[in-house]
Amino acid sequence: MQRFPETGLSRRDLLAAGAVSVAAGTTGRSARAEGAPLAASANDAVAVEPTRMKVGFTVNGTVKELDVDTRTTLLDALREQLHLTGTKKGCDHGQCGACTVMVEGVRINSCLTLAVMHEGDAITTIEGLGRPGELHPMQAAFVKHDGYQCGYCTPGQICSSVAVLAEIEAGIPSHVTEDLTARPQLSAEELRERMSGNICRCGAYSNIIDAITDVSRSPA
Amino acid sequence: MRPFTYERATSPAGAASAAARTQGARFIAGGTNLLDLMKLQIETPPHLIDVNGLGLDTIEATEEGGLRIGALVSNTDLAADARVRQDYGLLARALLAGASGQLRNKATTAGNLLQRTRCPYFYDTAQPCNKRQPGSGCAAIGGFTRQLGVIGTSEACLATHPSDMAVALRALDATVETVRPDGTARALPIADFHRLPGDTPHIETALEPGELITAVVLPKPLGGRHIYRKVRDRASYAFALVSVGAIIQSDGSGRVALGGVAHKPWRVEAAEGEMPRGAGAVAGALLAGARPTRENAFKITLVERTLAAVLNEARG
Ligand SMILES: Cc1cc2nc3c(=O)[nH]c(=O)nc-3n(C[C@H](O)[C@H](O)[C@H](O)COP(=O)(O)OP(=O)(O)OC[C@H]3O[C@@H](n4cnc5c(N)ncnc54)[C@H](O)[C@@H]3O)c2cc1C
Ligand code: SF4
Repeated sequence: MQRFPETGLSRRDLLAAGAVSVAAGTTGRSARAEGAPLAASANDAVAVEPTRMKVGFTVNGTVKELDVDTRTTLLDALREQLHLTGTKKGCDHGQCGACTVMVEGVRINSCLTLAVMHEGDAITTIEGLGRPGELHPMQAAFVKHDGYQCGYCTPGQICSSVAVLAEIEAGIPSHVTEDLTARPQLSAEELRERMSGNICRCGAYSNIIDAITDVSRSPA
Repeated sequence: MRPFTYERATSPAGAASAAARTQGARFIAGGTNLLDLMKLQIETPPHLIDVNGLGLDTIEATEEGGLRIGALVSNTDLAADARVRQDYGLLARALLAGASGQLRNKATTAGNLLQRTRCPYFYDTAQPCNKRQPGSGCAAIGGFTRQLGVIGTSEACLATHPSDMAVALRALDATVETVRPDGTARALPIADFHRLPGDTPHIETALEPGELITAVVLPKPLGGRHIYRKVRDRASYAFALVSVGAIIQSDGSGRVALGGVAHKPWRVEAAEGEMPRGAGAVAGALLAGARPTRENAFKITLVERTLAAVLNEARG
């Protein structure tokens, strides 16, 4: 499959957008000189109409075709259009990890990526890991070890936890890995460092580490 | 976020010429810095050019015995590469000290080099900032400057470059390879890549409008002990107050670059001659002419002490 199919924009559309930008750029600059708001950035002057595009990707094994505003983040596409509200919006700036999902098996912050950048990708959210009655071992371990209190960060914590074990398994080092040329160890210190991109305001951290440790020790 | 049009580039030269066609267009790689800034309307590109499909995501050996790192190689993949872990430990360490696992999975080599400052006033669109809006003034001067630069600053801007990776690349003397909108390629030494703020803090690098980074090249391995020590307000997941990247040889000679102190990764080759005289002498030469503020003068002491710890570790 071609990973980057047609954009849906014709060359003429793109050129037209370019021409508009250049014109707007010129007038915008003089307008700013007369005291436009400080919110403006260096290249603020250019104005474009909202643009929609089609994008297709797989979510939890199901093919989804969406029509999105180009500004839509993967997080908003999942929550607002696909109604997969397990993935949470915390800070919306990549700082808290509540929006963590896996794309092609790799954990990322879904708030800092655009839906249109995921044409053809396979996405796994908390809903795809397991369901009531058939929980993923990590979900079950979070329940067993009380790895949460309010639960808001939990889907992100669980997605991250599953990916962390895979990253250690794949031999990816971390900031606390002592010997860069050896395989990383499965220690509490390693888990804490690797989970530092997931913030929990209830402070369930030690129980989260217990849950991950439990899963890492059980036979696959 | 302001509306924008979006295209997926299919060749490096095509991406560069597309960028030159639309004023204010931006490349998007991992998106972890650009989208953050677009949400805050600090960046307002009318057009995005997605460079993820360009095949620039491999790490290859060069004829000179070094490595050519594709611009789109993720920070995770770069830090995990066996050759990087073996021969360029400083680079792996610096990468792993930055951001979080999720972010490093998305962040790319080029995007990391081009990430923008974390100056709090740059982020606050209610404040004047010469970097965000040229000519508007600098709210940091006379403001809260604890995190800001101590050397190479100007009357227009005190900001620092926040990248950990760039500090390692500076110590390693990497080269940045690019393609320009007219299709010509060039190679920029990392020393000349990032600029000091001067009167134009919004111009942060030597890149021309539309110029695309295609790769970063590492010269052949230097051997020695590779150490990256980052001092921050918490043990993980925070930007550096100060960082020291060093490659120390068994005879005590070596290279040192600093993060968290200037608008670019800070290295003064002449200061490395002071190595036999110890951390105080090296730090003194590295930071000669520094103009810290009352709030960030502690960085001068912190650099010296961090360097002392690094030299100690190298001997141990
Ligand atoms: C919460 C948080 C914590 C962080 N902590 C740290 C930290 O501790 N240390 C650290 O070093 N960093 C840290 N970062 C920053 C992170 O490293 C950067 O966001 C990331 O490296 C940017 O890479 P990207 O590929 O996502 O860039 P993008 O956001 O895609 O792009 C950044 C810029 O580079 C340009 N660009 C991208 N690719 C190219 C190319 N090939 N040629 C020319 N221009 C290009 C884009 O146009 C844009 O202007 C943190 C970020 C966040 C959100
Ligand atoms: S220090 Fe630089 S980035 Fe910060 S407010 Fe001043 S001009 Fe802007």
